[in-house]
This record gives sequence, structure tokens and C-alpha cells, in this order.
Amino acid sequence: MRLTAREVARGFRRAPLLSTLSVLTIAFSLFAFGLFGLVALNVSRALRGIEERVEIRAFIADGTPIEAVSTAMGDIGAFPEVAHVDLITPAQALERAHKELSEFGDIFDASVLPASLEIRLRPGSRDPETVKDVAERLQTFPFIDDVRYGEEWVQKLYRIRNVAGAAGLVLGISFAVVAVIIIGATIRMAVLARAREISIMRLVGATDGFVRRPFLIDGFLKGVIGGLFALSLTWFASSIGSPVPLQFFDRTTAVLGVLAGGVIGLLGSLLSVGRHLRHV
Amino acid sequence: MIRFTGVSMEYPRTGLALANVTFRVNRGEFCFLTGPSGAGKSTILKLVFMEERPTAGEVQVSGMTSSRMRRSEVPVLRRKMGIVFQDFRLLEDRTAQENIAFALEVTGGKRDAITAKVDRLLTQVGLAAKGTSYPRELSGGEQQRVAIARALVNDPVILVADEPTGNLDERATRGVFQLLRDINAAGTAVVMATHNLELVRRTDYRVIELNRGRIVFDSAESAAREDSSAPLPPSVA
Repeated sequence: MRLTAREVARGFRRAPLLSTLSVLTIAFSLFAFGLFGLVALNVSRALRGIEERVEIRAFIADGTPIEAVSTAMGDIGAFPEVAHVDLITPAQALERAHKELSEFGDIFDASVLPASLEIRLRPGSRDPETVKDVAERLQTFPFIDDVRYGEEWVQKLYRIRNVAGAAGLVLGISFAVVAVIIIGATIRMAVLARAREISIMRLVGATDGFVRRPFLIDGFLKGVIGGLFALSLTWFASSIGSPVPLQFFDRTTAVLGVLAGGVIGLLGSLLSVGRHLRHV
Repeated sequence: MIRFTGVSMEYPRTGLALANVTFRVNRGEFCFLTGPSGAGKSTILKLVFMEERPTAGEVQVSGMTSSRMRRSEVPVLRRKMGIVFQDFRLLEDRTAQENIAFALEVTGGKRDAITAKVDRLLTQVGLAAKGTSYPRELSGGEQQRVAIARALVNDPVILVADEPTGNLDERATRGVFQLLRDINAAGTAVVMATHNLELVRRTDYRVIELNRGRIVFDSAESAAREDSSAPLPPSVA
């Protein structure tokens, strides 16, 4: 192990410029990936915020006894898709209307606004089909006059979410593949720079595993250093460079990101050294 | 020790390098491979240390057979042999000591044992005072001596040398050749490819001459046929 560590250190020392370039290449590849991840994280967070506003409003017929409404609220609250049910009285509806539409304040009257049930759904049950299904079930209650949930709006929101998700996946995979290719090419340069040493190692009886080991450690270390550098750059870009406040990765994601750098470095090394060893 | 049976070697781009070659080298034997450039000398050596596998026939070296040998077994074979090249193949950023020690470290030698062995080998090749010199600080002959010391680290039963004196002046050539003879005298079989016919003439070691991938002369066979002292091949005589 001591020999492996020495060989890794020797590799760094012998070609400091190439090592620095490798680390920087890994760092900038991961930085591009990190920036994309940051955008994806914040877009998904914004969409989640909008999604939370998906609600169903069931209007109650005039003169419905409050006991019947209470019983129905219990039944509706027991639906597996439903997070909670609130009763909005005509007075509360008027108050909201005044607050949200103040310019039309004088035309509203409590007598024209019906009581309603405001139903919020659990996460995972806010897709257009589930919302429609719950709305249809609500309509089976005899005292429910009308059910509204902004059908078009929910569908549009989900379309945006699906497109954003698919685009995110494609872009994310593309960035990751590009990062692996660039890192692989960088490590290949390091392998070629030490081709003579590898051929001598093999001539004196070194096993493939022995030859590979320092390169794998080298690739992993460069990946981790590049990952740390990329994380710092991403943080800097998100906190100083962005015109809008952005949410940064949590600690686990950040650690996983840096480790991903190490794994990409390791994979790049494994591919480059493996390819080289097959040809010597 | 080394047995070639009907060995042919064809490279995809350059074509046939060896055609149906059969010979054997016995334990402790010294054998020259001679012939013009492209005759197949280096190909035979590459087949001996299994850098190449024959396209036809079979190579057996120290009990291992080319057709049955896995890639992972090649290092095991190479630890039983030493390999020396014309261009020395030393690591430029390591001293003579480190170059020799490297071969032992690679094969998992213990630190204390490595130091003692490196000192002994440097003394054996006459470079005890130059252990801390880098290759660029050594003459060609001295670099080749370091390469030979490195080839001896695992006490090989076979030493394969591909034009070991090709880059050396007359004096250095004599020194390196004497070293190889001493190694052979101690029991190691030596197979040496060379263009230097002067060296071949100077000894009565076995000579295999190649031309266009075929053996055109083998002094061992001639000796057996004529039951007399081996005559030199036409190119050497």
C-alpha cells in the first residue's frame, strides 16, 4: 500500500501541470453538472410549491344542515388521497374575496357567495387523473352543487412538470456522460504519459491489478478534489452570481456530489488503464 | 526450458514474422539469435516472454504453454525470467538503486530484503559506487548494467536479451557481454539476439541464425549431425 501511495504521489509530482489540468477539467465538468443540478433542484422546488396549491372546491347547496356537512367532511377526510378538508362559510368566502380582489370589494355580498368545502390533496395525489377522480366522487354527495378544481390549470401544470422532468433527465444524463468522457480523456493522457513506466512494470512481472491500483487511486483523488472545487464554484455561483435567491444542495447531496466526482474519476481511470493494459 | 514447436507468427499489418520455427533451449544454455533486421529475432524473444502469442504452433517456457496460459499467468512467468533491451528501459526519474528496487517492490518484496539485494546486485554488475546516480548521469554501458541488475532481481532461470550491446561502444560491449557470460556461468540460461557477429565469433556458444522468419542455421543441429565442434553459420564464418 505504501508503494501505491508513493506511486500516486510521484505521478502528481512528476506531471504537476497535467495533474492540475486533470483536476480543473473534472472540476469544470462537475461544475456544469452542479449548475444544472442547482437549476433542476430550484425548478422542481418551485413546481412543488405550485403543486401544493392544487385544491378542489366543492360548493354546498343553500340550506344544507351543518350536521350533514360535518358527516360528509369526515367521509371526505377519510379518502386516501385527501390531506385535509376545510369548510369555508359565506362570511369567510367574502373576507377572502375582499382580500384577494380588493378592487371589486364593493360588489361582493355574503348572500351571493355560497359555502364550500376546500379539499387539499396529499403529495402524489395531485395529478390530473386523481384530482378528477376525487372531484367526481365529491359530486355524488347530494348537497354538493358544483365542484371546481381548475382542470385546465392542473393539466397544464402537470404537462410542464413532465416536460421539465424529461428535459432534466436527458440534460442530466448528457452532462454526466460528457463529464465521464472528458475525465476519461484527461486520465488517458496521464496514463499515456506513464506508458513507459507501465510497460516496465509489466516486464518485471507486475500484475494488472498492481499496475492499475495507483491509477485508480489517482483518478479517485482527482475526482474528489475536482468535486470539492466544483462544489465551491457552484456555491459561489448560487450565492453571489445569481440574481434570485436559490436553494443550495443539502449536506447529503453535496457529499454525494463530491463522492460522485471520485467515482467518475475512478471509472475514467478504470476505463483508460484497462484499455491501455489490453494493448500492452 | 524453452521449446518452440512449429511456431508461426503473423502480424495483421506487416505479415509473416516467423514461419514454422522449431527449436529448444536447455537449462543453463547460452544461445545467440542472429540474422538481418526483420529476420524474426525480436519476435522470438517476445514469444518467449509472452508479450505475443503465436498464430500457429506452441511455445513452452519454464513449464508454461502459450496455448493454455491465461493473461493473469504472464506476470508469474516474467518473475522467473529477466529481460534486457537495447534501449535499457530505465525510469529516468529514479536512481539506479530505485530502478532495481522498483522491480522487487512490484513483485511484493520486503523492504529490508530489497535494500540488501539491490546493494548485492549493484556490486555484481560493478556499479556499487553509482547506486544514487540517475540514468542520465550514467554512460550507456552503465545503464545497461543497471538494466541487467534489474533483470536479475528475481534470480531468473532465463535471461532474454534483445540487442543488449546495440547502443554500446566496443569497451562497454565487452563489459556487458562478460557480465552476461558470468550470469550464464552461474546457471541462468541466456537467449541473446544480436547483430554483433564479432561477439558470436569470440565464443563457442550455440548460434541460431534466422532469415525471413525461418531458421536457416542452428549450430546445435549441425554439431549433432556432424558430431564435431559446431561450425559457425555462413554469415558468421
